Amino acid sequence: MLDRLRQPWTDRRAELTLGALACSVLLVIAFMIAFIAVKAWPSFNANGLSWFSAKGNVDQQLDAMVNSGANPTKADYQLGAWPLIYATLLTTVLSAACALVFSLLASIFIVEFAPERLRRLIVPIVRLLAAVPSVVYGLIGILVIVPFIGGSLISPGRKESVQYVIQLSGTSLIVAVVVLTVMITPIMIAMTVDGLHSIPRSWKEGAVALGVNRWRAMWTVTVRAARPAIMAGVVLATARAIGEAIMISMVAGSKGFAPNPADGITFLFEPLRTMAATIVEDSESINAPAMQASLYAMALLLLAGGFVLSIGSWLAKQPLKKYGVRS
Amino acid sequence: MATSMPPRTPLPPLRVPGQPTGGPPPKKRRANESISTWRLTDRIGYFLMWAAGLLVVAIGLGIVGFMAIKGLQYLRPVLLTSHPQADLDQSKSGGFFDPLVGTVLLTVIGIAIATPIAVATAVWIVEYGRPTWLARVIDSGIEIIAGTPDIVLALFGLVLFQQGIFGWMSFRAEDGAVFGRSFLTAGAMMSLIALPMVFAATREGLQAVPAHVREASYGLGKTRAATIRRVLLPSVKSNISTGAALGMGRIAGDTAIVVVLLGASLRLDPEGGIFGILQGTGGTLTSYVYNNSPAGEGNAAQKAYAAAFVLLLIVIGLNFAVDAIARRGARANGIETSRLGGS
Repeated sequence: MLDRLRQPWTDRRAELTLGALACSVLLVIAFMIAFIAVKAWPSFNANGLSWFSAKGNVDQQLDAMVNSGANPTKADYQLGAWPLIYATLLTTVLSAACALVFSLLASIFIVEFAPERLRRLIVPIVRLLAAVPSVVYGLIGILVIVPFIGGSLISPGRKESVQYVIQLSGTSLIVAVVVLTVMITPIMIAMTVDGLHSIPRSWKEGAVALGVNRWRAMWTVTVRAARPAIMAGVVLATARAIGEAIMISMVAGSKGFAPNPADGITFLFEPLRTMAATIVEDSESINAPAMQASLYAMALLLLAGGFVLSIGSWLAKQPLKKYGVRS
Repeated sequence: MATSMPPRTPLPPLRVPGQPTGGPPPKKRRANESISTWRLTDRIGYFLMWAAGLLVVAIGLGIVGFMAIKGLQYLRPVLLTSHPQADLDQSKSGGFFDPLVGTVLLTVIGIAIATPIAVATAVWIVEYGRPTWLARVIDSGIEIIAGTPDIVLALFGLVLFQQGIFGWMSFRAEDGAVFGRSFLTAGAMMSLIALPMVFAATREGLQAVPAHVREASYGLGKTRAATIRRVLLPSVKSNISTGAALGMGRIAGDTAIVVVLLGASLRLDPEGGIFGILQGTGGTLTSYVYNNSPAGEGNAAQKAYAAAFVLLLIVIGLNFAVDAIARRGARANGIETSRLGGS
């Protein structure tokens, strides 16, 4: 302690200034949690645990909130957000699973098997895909993929089979999952490639020297040793997927509908709306207090999800430290 | 654990030269050279891997090519300089001068707020970092901010900047309620999106500066503060620029904060000079694309394509800038930088 006080005053001052700026980050997080929780409280308070359940048409409930005026009664806060939560989980889990397979294969290709000239092309492309704004993905989704699916893949018979429940127009779960997969794959590839690079080459060479072929050596030795990095990539990409709002609201049909897996293939063509997309679309009517509380409640849930995933990625990365991999 | 793994394929029988083996004489070839000797599952995996790699290339080139064709088809120079009009007819709805200015303004505000805080935080964590627990907490705090969805940041910004003390950043209604939506408030929230990227790049740069550089500076009698200012910050300048360019790309591409916190209006607020514009609502290229897509009210696909192409050019340009800065920095410092990191 005395030792630190003996430092020159400019040093002390610099340390304090920089430290204060660094602590402002914590202040922002604290404010964020506090403000959002306070705003979300009326919605949770009015609904209790049934907030998380399915009760009736969620779109009608949200519409009723807009019309409930400046002094809503407790009944106006009525909301069963399960279709939205379910849609969020569905798109996130499906696209993360697809992206995991896709990015793992692509990363092995980049690290080990790609010819040098192709590798020089593919690395900038991955970075480009990571940088493309979500609204551009959404635009391509709604102007190219949605008409294709709605026009060619969904037969009129399929449309008729569910026409009393939901209109199938092409904006659907499958488009959301496909586009979301393309969006989060570059993030996973970046993490996985770093992980695969960090595994000592000699391990794989040892396996090859024992007579295993190159693919199997890669798969059983390097990929297995790089599992923590791959997991960290999955978690990071999931965090991105769970909060994706703009693209989903453009391509997924924006209906508070819970696609039913019992419908078979039709399940993939049913529209849905995630929590993040709901926030974006209903943010215009956020001045209605009941709507405001509901949207902040969804934001709190997303924040909690991001929080859990941040901790998850931190935990997943711990075993990597022993190979000297940073970040 | 992986080193002790036994090989799954059985070893071929050992052939000793000169000894009769029966059958045709062994061909001279390197082991594992041809995949036709591989197991079927391995061959399928190998094939799928090539398919995945080529699919990445195809998707990337497809997106860029498609956007370039559509963009060049609908982009006219006059679109860049004319104001947008609210009109359902695409030939009368004007250009996107205002959204373009909005994108530039918002990016500049966001990065101007983010860079000092991020650099200060990185310097504090690497150079001081005491007490250790606080450094660790701040480190994870930045990771949490990086993992927070932009839509949540937007809602947070809305409630934060509707507090009375931030009234000067947007405007007040007659009853004293603060509106909360403006370039200043949206830029402040955008800075949180760029902050983790600038922070990560700066910290990486500082950690790569060898300890003897600092020791030489201390040996010359410089204080720590002077060392940071005169030695360390100049040597991580290129890292800071890299992070800033990445962060600017993210800000320019973000839509959710613009829709919620900037109002996503067509035009800038013309009243009150430059500060009036900063206090007013507006839109960016991203919100322009969103509103002109079939999902928005405008439904003008041609305008959306043209604006999306310009947006893509800006983002790609920033990424090229990252490469150029990193290459120049690597030449100046003689440090090898990773090619696929920086996410």
